[in-house]
Amino acid sequence: MAKIWVYAEIDHGQLDPTALELCTKARTLGDCEAIALGPGANDAAKQLGEYGAEIVYASDDEVYSDYIAQPNVAALAELIGENAPDMILFATNYDSRDVAGRLSAKLGTTLMSNVMAIDSIDKARTAVFGGNLLVDVTLEGTPKLVLVRPKSWAAEPSGGEATVVPVEVDIPEETKKAKRVERHEEEAEGPKLEEAVVVFTGGRGLGDPDNFKYLDELAKLVPDSAVGATRAVVDSGWVPYSYQIGQTGKTVKPSVYIAAGVSGATQHIVGMKGAKRIVAINKDEEAPIFQLADLGIVGDALKVLPALIEEVKKRKG
Amino acid sequence: MLGLQTAIHRRFFVNIVVCVKHIPDPNLPGEMDGNTLKRQGVQGVLDPGDEYGVEEALQFKEAHEGEVTLISMGPEVAMEAIRRGLSMGADKGVLVSDDSLAGSDALVTARVLAEAIRKSGSFDLVIGGVESTDGYTGTMAASLAEFLDIPQVTFAKKAEVSDGTLKVNRQTASGYHVVECPLPALLTVTAGANEPRYASFKGIMAAKKKPVEQWSLADLGLSGDDVAIKQDVSSTEPAEERKAGEKFEDDGTGAEKIADFLAEAKVI
Repeated sequence: MAKIWVYAEIDHGQLDPTALELCTKARTLGDCEAIALGPGANDAAKQLGEYGAEIVYASDDEVYSDYIAQPNVAALAELIGENAPDMILFATNYDSRDVAGRLSAKLGTTLMSNVMAIDSIDKARTAVFGGNLLVDVTLEGTPKLVLVRPKSWAAEPSGGEATVVPVEVDIPEETKKAKRVERHEEEAEGPKLEEAVVVFTGGRGLGDPDNFKYLDELAKLVPDSAVGATRAVVDSGWVPYSYQIGQTGKTVKPSVYIAAGVSGATQHIVGMKGAKRIVAINKDEEAPIFQLADLGIVGDALKVLPALIEEVKKRKG
Repeated sequence: MLGLQTAIHRRFFVNIVVCVKHIPDPNLPGEMDGNTLKRQGVQGVLDPGDEYGVEEALQFKEAHEGEVTLISMGPEVAMEAIRRGLSMGADKGVLVSDDSLAGSDALVTARVLAEAIRKSGSFDLVIGGVESTDGYTGTMAASLAEFLDIPQVTFAKKAEVSDGTLKVNRQTASGYHVVECPLPALLTVTAGANEPRYASFKGIMAAKKKPVEQWSLADLGLSGDDVAIKQDVSSTEPAEERKAGEKFEDDGTGAEKIADFLAEAKVI
């Protein structure tokens, strides 16, 4: 059996849920083992076991969370040397992308990015042009390194239990350089964006940061809903980065996605095209978002949104 | 007087390399050339994501003192991207161009850029965009940092350099972290970090006289084996397209239509 590793990212004591998706796939490809580094790793091992990891290499050492990427790469390289995995799966998120990129250079092994399906340990599928063209790639190298987009498939528990193997690697001083000295959280209220059933997203077409108040009010009225934003408005500082949906932000798959004043740049579309139903409101009838929308309203979001608030209130009674 | 002296004392020299990429105009539909992105004969631009890197470098140079070198890898037409960065205010440019580099992946690109950066001289800071607009793997920068054996701080929404140290507000999924890092280091900047300047007419004229060099793989001491791509595209196919549904001009009933739609989806 092939040995498939999952790099399970631990952020601030919390396991990144994408790791459970990766374990779900890994156990169909071979023997699933996970690497968890940083405070919270030993606690995460139980959950990783429930989703198919037979062994979890874990260390709660703060060096892995205090410094960015380099100590994690040093530990991975040593573990790879000792255990010879055939493939390592990483989630496409801020820290894992850096870890995978550095590891690729350190090992001289090609890294396959933006993967959305893995058929066998030799073949992965990605998409280009904002998901319009699917590309199958033959994976090479030992180990094969793969970065997977979150929510590419669902996480399903296997009911297993992992054996925890402590990671005891001497981390070289020269890898302790990029140090996190402060952490700022900008958590939104209500359900997490990734778990919301209904997502209201605002784009540059809302004209002014103040107009996000309409989306906030809708999110209060509609159960299990949350507010998201495009990169353009997040970069302009209208709302925090935690709102961002798209290639460099979050991937959402809600039951209904409502895009207000969103043009539909490919950067954004890759983060939301998995929504079950899409509603778009935009002044520009040529906006690319309308090509995906089940219901498109060509009009001013600043007129439609207040009216929608009244309409939803009326129906709630 | 004392204040002025302090200000002078705090100025120092930063040698900055900015990685720039020439990409097919993102506003035009993409084309494939066999199994790789078509790049030759396509209207190209400096990757808009890299303009933030160039701007950040220019701001560091203005706040302190220094030299900004642009480095790119690509076909000869990629010199246009370097000229664009020079017209914004960068000092010099290097293009690595070689037929054997066509279709290179992120790992090969990082290996080649690392050699080019070493050959171009000493540096304090290497800057790039967070990901290219055309390939968006977002891993080249981290690989480059590893090849150069320096730390990397990616996803900067704010960055400053003081003597020997880089301080960054680094974007995270739920906020940001403040990261401190000794130089030399690699930095990638998001579109939130700054507002790239336009190239002035004077800048465009000045750029024509700025030094640019073109290097081949052999100039970097690399062989075809060093840049062989180990990954094969086996097939491509169009994705199943989401069909557009109904589209209405808002005549005052738009909100009602959306509410009906939400009710039908059983979310209200």
